[in-house]
Amino acid sequence: MNLTYAEVSHFAQTWGLVFLVALFLGGVIYALWPSNRTRFDRASRLPLEDDDDTPKER
Amino acid sequence: MISAQRSDYAVAVAELATAAALVLATVLSIFLAAGGDDPVMRFHGYIMAAAAGLGVFAVFNKRFNRREGVSRDDPAGYNDEVIRAGVIASMFWGIAGFAAGLYIALELAFPGLNFDLPWLNFGRLRPLHTSAVIFAFGGNVLIATSFYVVQRTCKARLAGEIAPWFVFWGYQLFLVLAATGYLLGATQSKEYAEPEWYADLWLTIVWVVYLLVFLGTIWRRRESHIFVANWFYLAFIVTIAMLHIVNNLAVPVSLTSSKSYVLFAGVQDAMTQWWYGHNAVGFFLTAGFLGIMYYFVPKRAERPIYSYRLSIIHFWALIFLYIWAGPHHLHYTALPDWAQTLGMTFSIMLWMPSWGGMINGLMTLSGAWDKLRTDPVVRMLVVSVAFYGMSTFEGPLMSIKAVNSLSHYTDWTIGHVHSGALGWVGFVSFGALYCLVPWLWKREGLYSLKLVGWHFWISTLGILLYITAMWVSGIMQGLMWRAYDSFGFLEYSFVESVEAMHPFYLVRALGGALYVAGALIMAYNLWRTARGDVRASEMTPAVVPAQ
Repeated sequence: MNLTYAEVSHFAQTWGLVFLVALFLGGVIYALWPSNRTRFDRASRLPLEDDDDTPKER
Repeated sequence: MISAQRSDYAVAVAELATAAALVLATVLSIFLAAGGDDPVMRFHGYIMAAAAGLGVFAVFNKRFNRREGVSRDDPAGYNDEVIRAGVIASMFWGIAGFAAGLYIALELAFPGLNFDLPWLNFGRLRPLHTSAVIFAFGGNVLIATSFYVVQRTCKARLAGEIAPWFVFWGYQLFLVLAATGYLLGATQSKEYAEPEWYADLWLTIVWVVYLLVFLGTIWRRRESHIFVANWFYLAFIVTIAMLHIVNNLAVPVSLTSSKSYVLFAGVQDAMTQWWYGHNAVGFFLTAGFLGIMYYFVPKRAERPIYSYRLSIIHFWALIFLYIWAGPHHLHYTALPDWAQTLGMTFSIMLWMPSWGGMINGLMTLSGAWDKLRTDPVVRMLVVSVAFYGMSTFEGPLMSIKAVNSLSHYTDWTIGHVHSGALGWVGFVSFGALYCLVPWLWKREGLYSLKLVGWHFWISTLGILLYITAMWVSGIMQGLMWRAYDSFGFLEYSFVESVEAMHPFYLVRALGGALYVAGALIMAYNLWRTARGDVRASEMTPAVVPAQ
């Protein structure tokens, strides 16, 4: 398989672009998904909950 | 019980395997010490032999201590011993790196300070300074805080018993090889990637183990959600591995020589270097330290993260954009125009996630703004986030080609880097260390909050002197270089621009001296805190900081 520079850059500028944008949009949708709200509200307090010096389940 | 026995057995096997590998490394290092092609390789052979030999001793010492129950380390609790070591190493390298910076600042003002000695030459001391502050100070802070944060937010002990120690000591060995190599004149001549091929290979091994320790801890987590700080740390570890390996691809002259030749050449080499260089800023100095921000700011302010959703978007936007920004270091060079424009465009887009993240960090204080007045550690953390916002505003501005034509190759760049390094990276690290020492040494609070206040004001004044001096000096330099007289000749010779910079170099050195002084105050304060002292005049319960 001998790819030329033009072929590689064409792939990067089309499918590569679509792939990265889709991946990013996936991240944004995950962040804004309504049912994740409770999970994120809890996670935002995670640093405040770890006063124990031993790892244990809550 | 069976699983406990099994894990004992696994630890014993791991210890034996590590000891065997270290014995082999000792033997190989002795060969290098005896038969290296050049003095640097032979010297590093001795260092590596000593380190590997001490490693064998340390592995067995740890084993016997554990057997006899002398170890302070509770195997059922968190692994904090290695973090304590990391805090001490951070403080040590921090002062060494800041002092080296002060010395080369003075060399620029008074060139005679190199005493015509090759080891004190600016060209050798500058990488010593940059590597000491970025990789030695910053790196140790990142490793220590990441080990702390990942354990607490995953509610699990650090993966591995020897591996975290291997990461810690292996990283220190890399730093010693790098630093002594620079002083002896061994360099790859790649900015922020100066260490030679064998040090690079060693760091690769250490870094992969670091990644495995981090992933292993996340794997055994007892908390279903992976906290956002861990994402930032993970992006830092993974991306640095990728950047380090690609940028350092090189062919050594021979396996016993300290000299190597980089695989790339010309503009490809430059582009690879600045793809590496700018992402060292993006993923080492930004993503890693944002991990610190997202844990230590809420923890110290006792407030939840302002918007967790924003933190996720901050993360993904940052990593998708940063990786493309490198070409802005190569404006008006042989790099194709489209690549320069691409670098500039992505740098400008970075404004959004950077400021989103800054706002998220600052607004985490909502409902606790009074702590800015009462807790100097919070003040330090908040000012660090403000500097993050300031330098990530300045950076995209300087990446615009028209601005860059004035700012590039001048002291403005140095000023910009230091507002990020001293203000953002330095202060967020100091804030984290002030939090960590009482937590790790199980103390009620710091030895003295007043001294933290002194450190804060002295260092802030130092930063302001530093960056304002470099702004003026840099813009003046840029304007002098491009000034033409009525006949179209250059108005100034180069040396005239150098002469004009002298007063600003003095102000810069003064700023640096204040920053070093602040760090020394901090080291004293942390040492007294670790000893369990409380300053006599601050004994009243009212000033004991809330934990």
